[in-house]
Amino acid sequence: MAATTKSNKQLVLDGVLKENPIFRLALSMCPAVGISTSVMNGILLGIAVLFVQVFSSCTISIIRHYIHPRIRIPTYTLTIATWVTVIDLVLSAYFPVAYKAMGIFVKLIVAFAIITMRLEMFACKNTLEKSFWDGLGMGLGFMFGMVTLGFVRELLGSGTLLGHDILGFRPLLFFILPSAGFFVVGLMMGLFNWVDVVYSRRKEG
Amino acid sequence: MKHMKPFHWLAIVLVLGALTLSGCKTEHRFVKKTAFKDMDKIVITFAGPVDEAWATNTANYSVYEEPDPDIVLTPKEATLSPDRTKVTLTFPEALNTGEAHILSMTDILSEGKHLGPALLTVKKLYLGVLFTLLLGAALINNFVFTKYIGLCVFFGTSQKRSTAIGMGITFTIVIVFAAMMAWALYQFVLKPFQLTFLNIVVFIGLVSLSVQGVDTILRKVNPMLFKAFGVYLVLVIANCIAIAVPLMLADNEYNAWESLMLALGAGVGFLIALFLMACAREKLELANVPPTFKGLPIAFVTAGLFALAFLGFSGMSIY
Repeated sequence: MAATTKSNKQLVLDGVLKENPIFRLALSMCPAVGISTSVMNGILLGIAVLFVQVFSSCTISIIRHYIHPRIRIPTYTLTIATWVTVIDLVLSAYFPVAYKAMGIFVKLIVAFAIITMRLEMFACKNTLEKSFWDGLGMGLGFMFGMVTLGFVRELLGSGTLLGHDILGFRPLLFFILPSAGFFVVGLMMGLFNWVDVVYSRRKEG
Repeated sequence: MKHMKPFHWLAIVLVLGALTLSGCKTEHRFVKKTAFKDMDKIVITFAGPVDEAWATNTANYSVYEEPDPDIVLTPKEATLSPDRTKVTLTFPEALNTGEAHILSMTDILSEGKHLGPALLTVKKLYLGVLFTLLLGAALINNFVFTKYIGLCVFFGTSQKRSTAIGMGITFTIVIVFAAMMAWALYQFVLKPFQLTFLNIVVFIGLVSLSVQGVDTILRKVNPMLFKAFGVYLVLVIANCIAIAVPLMLADNEYNAWESLMLALGAGVGFLIALFLMACAREKLELANVPPTFKGLPIAFVTAGLFALAFLGFSGMSIY
């Protein structure tokens, strides 16, 4: 992919919908299954990923002319690891309770395929401005996926949203159980596929 | 293995024997054995009969956990077996049997003779602890099905059984390699120099390095094996488990043996998960799945069923 010709708005929208990291690209599934039990978890981990993605994209975009192609992957990895360390320390200092709930997943952002992929496919070929918007789109897309999953699981599992009681009862307690993450993600992916099929059929006919 | 000389085996047996024996050492000539029983009992076996009045008096015993000597645990009851050689101490609360406990006794009375006070260590057999760790990482806390780590590679390489086995074995080799290096680096460099905040950066570099190392060694030493497993090596870096294991062994301050067991357990657990999933997905190919669920969505639902099954292992303790 050469330098992009898309507009900034298009880049962000693509990241959220057309190339949504969780539902469309099926990357970075671990937290989507593991800790999507509440909206709050989704928002916080979403912010962490957004931060790491945007800052790594920008960093790589700035130094892209100085990276030798042969050592580009180690460079990406170290860049991501640096920003993950930053967000890890910040979260553990300012949000100790939520940080504990997210456990090891904040540190594991370093191994998320989605971030490396964006650096390889986009940031090393595009300007700082475009890379920023692309990183923002991807980060928001991840956050959107996590919040959607958290919304479904928290509302149906415990009848609450962000800790506030909404329904007053628990429709499907099963959804809040840890292993239900797989089911919910599978069902949501199926739903996204179904919407896609129906939408394209309507367009044709 | 065929080049192994007999004295190699002897050395291994000696090391294992030393490990086993180190689990039950006591420091008094009249005490034969000390051991945990259930969750809240300690059993002391004496070499000969002891006086009942002395043995059943709980004030004669005091116990504390090795790391914090300030918190003294007092037994609520001490019972003597009919042959008067076994004392069972019962504590009001469950003991943390993972830690070594120090048990001190006042002057032991046996057949009217004073045998002097005793200071004893009560701990689990070390091999048992290691085995628990191995089985825990492989089954009870399976990384894929109960910790939800490493899913990208898990779903990517579980389509065929041959791929699953290749990936599982390659991953196990690399993770053991990486974990041992991570342990050494953490214990001897990062911790002494107080650089633990660099954990993430160092460990991810280390994992890439060991993948590259295994790649180079395998290419030279066994080209046939490299042909079979080389393609999976790159995928190991993208596996979250490879970075989670070093982080966990640093967080829990595991020693070399424990780190080895954790890494081995993680690798074997991943292999088991991959193989099970590949078996199921090969059958799924033939099933009549609704078009919108074809591929990943149905794989996720299948994985959910496996996760439910693995929930059955939770709370299991071997030792």
